[in-house]
Amino acid sequence: MFDFVSFIPRAVVQSIPLLYGATGETLTEKSGNLNMGIPGIMYVGGICGVIGAFLYEQAAGESLNGFLAIAIPMLCCLLGSLLMGLLYCFLTVTLRANQNVTGLAMTTFGVGFGNFFGGSLIKLTDSEVPSIALSATSSYFSASLPFADRLGWFGEIFLSYGFLAYLAIVIALLTAYVIRHTRVGLHLRAVGENPATADAAGINIGRYKYMATCLGAMIAGLGGLYYVMDYACGVWSNDAFGDRGWLAIALVIFTGWRPNVGILASILFGGLYILYLFIPTGTNLSIKELYKMLPYLVTLVVLVLSSLRNKREKQPPQSLGLAYFREDR
Amino acid sequence: MSMHNKTPLVHISKRREMPWYWSFGIRAAAIAAAFLVCAFVTMALTGENPLAVFATLFYGAFGTERKIWILLQNIAILLCIALAVTPAFKMRFWNIGGEGQVLIGGLAAAACMILLGDKLPNGLLIAVSLAASLLSGALWGAIPAVFKAKWNTNETLFTLMMNYVATQLVAFFVIVWEVPKGAGKIGIINQSSEAGWLPQIGDYKYLLNILIVAVLTLAMYVYLRRSKHGYELSVVGQSERTARYVGIKVGRVIVRTMILSGAICGLAGFLLVAGTDHTITTTIAGGRGFTAVMVSWLAGFNPLSMVFTSFLLVFLDRGASEIATNFMLNHAFGDILAGIILFFIIGSEFFIRYQLHFRKRSKKEV
Repeated sequence: MFDFVSFIPRAVVQSIPLLYGATGETLTEKSGNLNMGIPGIMYVGGICGVIGAFLYEQAAGESLNGFLAIAIPMLCCLLGSLLMGLLYCFLTVTLRANQNVTGLAMTTFGVGFGNFFGGSLIKLTDSEVPSIALSATSSYFSASLPFADRLGWFGEIFLSYGFLAYLAIVIALLTAYVIRHTRVGLHLRAVGENPATADAAGINIGRYKYMATCLGAMIAGLGGLYYVMDYACGVWSNDAFGDRGWLAIALVIFTGWRPNVGILASILFGGLYILYLFIPTGTNLSIKELYKMLPYLVTLVVLVLSSLRNKREKQPPQSLGLAYFREDR
Repeated sequence: MSMHNKTPLVHISKRREMPWYWSFGIRAAAIAAAFLVCAFVTMALTGENPLAVFATLFYGAFGTERKIWILLQNIAILLCIALAVTPAFKMRFWNIGGEGQVLIGGLAAAACMILLGDKLPNGLLIAVSLAASLLSGALWGAIPAVFKAKWNTNETLFTLMMNYVATQLVAFFVIVWEVPKGAGKIGIINQSSEAGWLPQIGDYKYLLNILIVAVLTLAMYVYLRRSKHGYELSVVGQSERTARYVGIKVGRVIVRTMILSGAICGLAGFLLVAGTDHTITTTIAGGRGFTAVMVSWLAGFNPLSMVFTSFLLVFLDRGASEIATNFMLNHAFGDILAGIILFFIIGSEFFIRYQLHFRKRSKKEV
């Protein structure tokens, strides 16, 4: 029998970084900005949290304050991703640069930034620890409810996660609500669909693009923070975050630009991502590598199927990827 | 009089044409400014004086004859991939699957070298593995193109996913063919017989690759600027409707261009495996499929300018890795410098395309 009670929690912890990334990117894309810098931003978010936690742990020594141990990394993470979002906006909205290229450059920069500080932080701060292992900070991030493990399989599946996991779901639901059911969301969608019309209706295009993209970047950055602090138990290793940022971008298209659908879709992705660990293959290691293809193949199949059906509500925002210049009309 | 207060401080308008020396000057100024920022960042992190940092940067790229050859080889491969993605980009087909197409081309070459290594004469073996690389790269490019042409499937996501499928395929075959068993890598293929290895010209290991890519650059320039195909794909890129109206079969152009694009990526994989590395790993493309996109765009899709942009990126990468080694920093330092320079160049395009008009002061005083 397939072991669901141990499979589902592992799928969920895999899915949370994807969910943060996908929610952030959906919000960004709704404003017409295609931010391919998300993988880089998630690295920056993660490493900024690590830097904050590292400096705090060094300064505080043994006596960590629980509130500060969570607040400092979070603020650092949000600040780092906000700066990346601002940079992206400045280049693509104010200077109207090509969004694909700007995004790829941000990914190069962000991944480099993460790996560089991950690899050099100890040398730069002249500290005497062998590696970055923030287990003290991590224990605050991954703390679950005290009675969770007394509830059997229910506790295991629903209550065994750190607070950032629940925050991801709340943010996804909130984003979906704001986009679908509020005036701000309506304006945002107008900006993404047809900025010229939105401009004529008196909506400040630049402000909406800046706000949506920066908020999106901050949400995505939290995904990086969750990954190091909770999933990886506070241990930063270079390139460990891998291609999750790209998968998050894939999820946006996969879910048809709906963050609430993203919750289940990301858990599905998370499950596919680790399914190879649960399929018995005996001693044949090579087959495992083929099973690792599953999430990508499933994405391809869904992508093709949804383009075959070609439903109108599942299309990208119409002006996605295009810079807006009022005098171009 | 309240009208005056409402004039914005800066008014932006599009420029018409700019003399080439102006746009060249703006780009040069951007690169110079970027280098200053890079020097400042390096100084802040290492505490060295900026001149020493620049000296290390140049030493890393040009310091010894060997370093120069490695620099040229890296330029050749990056340029080859950039040339490959260019026709697709000119058509506004966002092929970010260069990485996977290179990998699969390399895998095909490695497969031929391993499986046919002792069965065919060397010349024939090289021809067969070249053909296999081109074909498999072309196939990897054609699959997303067919779906794009038929059902308008999102090509960015499709090509991106194909990268991972290719990576896992390579990972699979690396384990199947690993030498010795359990090593997790293939090692140098046919080390003793050198079967399937591209011949060396004299003592220069990398020269053949460099020459092949040089010829390819000129060919791509002619193809894009002078051929009917090149004209058709730029019409499709500018406006699909116009292309349909004048009777260009858009779907066919997309598939044809992506076959070409994928095949050239396959060639890059072949040059890497049969030409220099003589082995295959999942990281053999090393992110160059993505860097190539920037090389191509920064050069305005002009194959000749790409020689310069790929030089710039490889130079930075090599130089920065020297800095990293010297100051015992992480090697990702090069990516940070490359990112900074890219941001400056991307930003500078604005000043080439648009003009700023500042509000005039004099009116107030009247």
